[in-house]
Amino acid sequence: MTTINAPMPSLSHRASRWFSRNLIRIYAALAFIYLFIPVAYTFAFSFNNAGKSNLVWQGFTLENWKNPCGAPQVCEAVGNSLKIGVISTLLATILGTMIAFALGRYKFKGRTSTNLLIFLPMATPEVVLGASLLAMFLNLRVNPSFWTIVISHVMFCISFVVVTVKARIASLDPRLEQAAMDLYANEKETFRYVTLPLVMPGIAGAALLAFSLSFDDFIITNFNSGTVSTFPKFVYVSAARGIPAQANVIGSAMFFIALIIVIVGQVVSRKRKKA
Amino acid sequence: MAFLHAVSSGTSATKSVLKGKSLTPYLLLAPGLIWLVTFFIIPIFSLASTSTMVRPEGAQVGVYEQKLRFANYVDAFVANQDQYLRSFFYAALATLLALAIAYPLAYAIAFKSGKYRNILLVLVIAPFFTSFLLRTIAWTQILADSGPVVSAIKVLPFIDELFRINNTSTAVVIGLAYNFLPFMTLPLYASLERIDPRTLEAAGDLYANGLTTFRKVTLPLSMPGVVAGTLLTFIPAAGDYVNAAILGNPNTKMIGNVIESRFFAVVDYPTAAALSFTLMATILILVTLYIRKSGTDELV
Repeated sequence: MTTINAPMPSLSHRASRWFSRNLIRIYAALAFIYLFIPVAYTFAFSFNNAGKSNLVWQGFTLENWKNPCGAPQVCEAVGNSLKIGVISTLLATILGTMIAFALGRYKFKGRTSTNLLIFLPMATPEVVLGASLLAMFLNLRVNPSFWTIVISHVMFCISFVVVTVKARIASLDPRLEQAAMDLYANEKETFRYVTLPLVMPGIAGAALLAFSLSFDDFIITNFNSGTVSTFPKFVYVSAARGIPAQANVIGSAMFFIALIIVIVGQVVSRKRKKA
Repeated sequence: MAFLHAVSSGTSATKSVLKGKSLTPYLLLAPGLIWLVTFFIIPIFSLASTSTMVRPEGAQVGVYEQKLRFANYVDAFVANQDQYLRSFFYAALATLLALAIAYPLAYAIAFKSGKYRNILLVLVIAPFFTSFLLRTIAWTQILADSGPVVSAIKVLPFIDELFRINNTSTAVVIGLAYNFLPFMTLPLYASLERIDPRTLEAAGDLYANGLTTFRKVTLPLSMPGVVAGTLLTFIPAAGDYVNAAILGNPNTKMIGNVIESRFFAVVDYPTAAALSFTLMATILILVTLYIRKSGTDELV
């Protein structure tokens, strides 16, 4: 690096060189701090001995974690969110995967309009999606309920499933399927034993995405839920008079569960690649 | 992450397409598309229909009749133009702030992270796994008048004793930028990651300095990611009302807050519908112009 004749750079010079070379890394570290500060706050305040209004630090306790259903209606709301999340994810993943296969594997008339129909819900603000669905339910005299929430969640999750699974299908090596055909597998067998297993990680990722979108949705749900409570709705409604620390417990727990699922998924797929 | 990959790369040409005409693609499409038409397209028409309704004299609260009163749009816009313009202004500021934060972040992950790349990508989406409402409420604590940020800034000279961030437009923009940051970062990363590092080396070999290489090579090649990221941030930010409700004050209300309160607190469905419809139309026009201008038609 340094030639013998070159003078030793001064310490301040070296420091500034290190700084400019690592500027982008420092910036990225600051961005990660920005991303995680609110998560850290949420986690820290799940240990707050706060009673009803969890805004000011009152002292450390494990009570909230031992008794996550301690605050009234928290667990009812979480239960609804889980049920809605599972049903919507299942439906949206099936419907979206079917569309993704049609788009990724077949030539057909109406491809452009299909792509547009998939893209539009993602380009529409949630408040419009929620308001328009509610306008239809009101015009049809349908009362918002558990099932109207499911309907709305499936609607906005389908597009995200389609683009996720479609990307996976597009990245497949077509030679793998040709090889299966060369080995006398028919179309059905090729799909069952080659294509589907290869696309599966994409489908699993799409399902995880759909579930987290559904579980965390507030705006569309708020329009189409009537009196049914969900976890985000519970948090929003209690924000005015103080959120119980149990909500932070559930938010933090969801964070760690999802993180573990994603990391395990990454490890598994890396092992498979090596094998 | 794949979905944002797909959003930013658009409808990439399908490599292996099954031959032969058959009903199969239509059978695969039908259930999902019927769902989207029934619960997305038809409701948009329903919204349009509601927007021109009028409440008959002496009718119950929430009862409206179709009178094709298009003046509803004018009334709704005139009464709420401040909130309307503010929504786009805040969304634009939040998008710029998110771009300024996300571009170097995505660049660092794409070019400087080595074997930690996948972990860092997981960390970008990880905050998403905590309820966004809880995170937004956490911001009210972080930016509180006696909180760490405000106390730190007040140490500086020339800062007014009354300086605050919570319940101001600054807090709303910070919250908006924060909430949609992963939507900005992931498409940027996807387009930066596809750049062959050798093209950057080639620029250096041709005596371009760091800044010139960035301006002439990196930035143009990452434009699809910039377009996708700004859209994915701007659109939800313009329609958001949660950040303004939690972090703002009555003078920072956005159009989403008006639509929500017209629907639920005032039970004035036509005005809410007219405002929603105007919001959607404006966004679609802006998006179309933006995509045309930036020359990345592949998004749709």
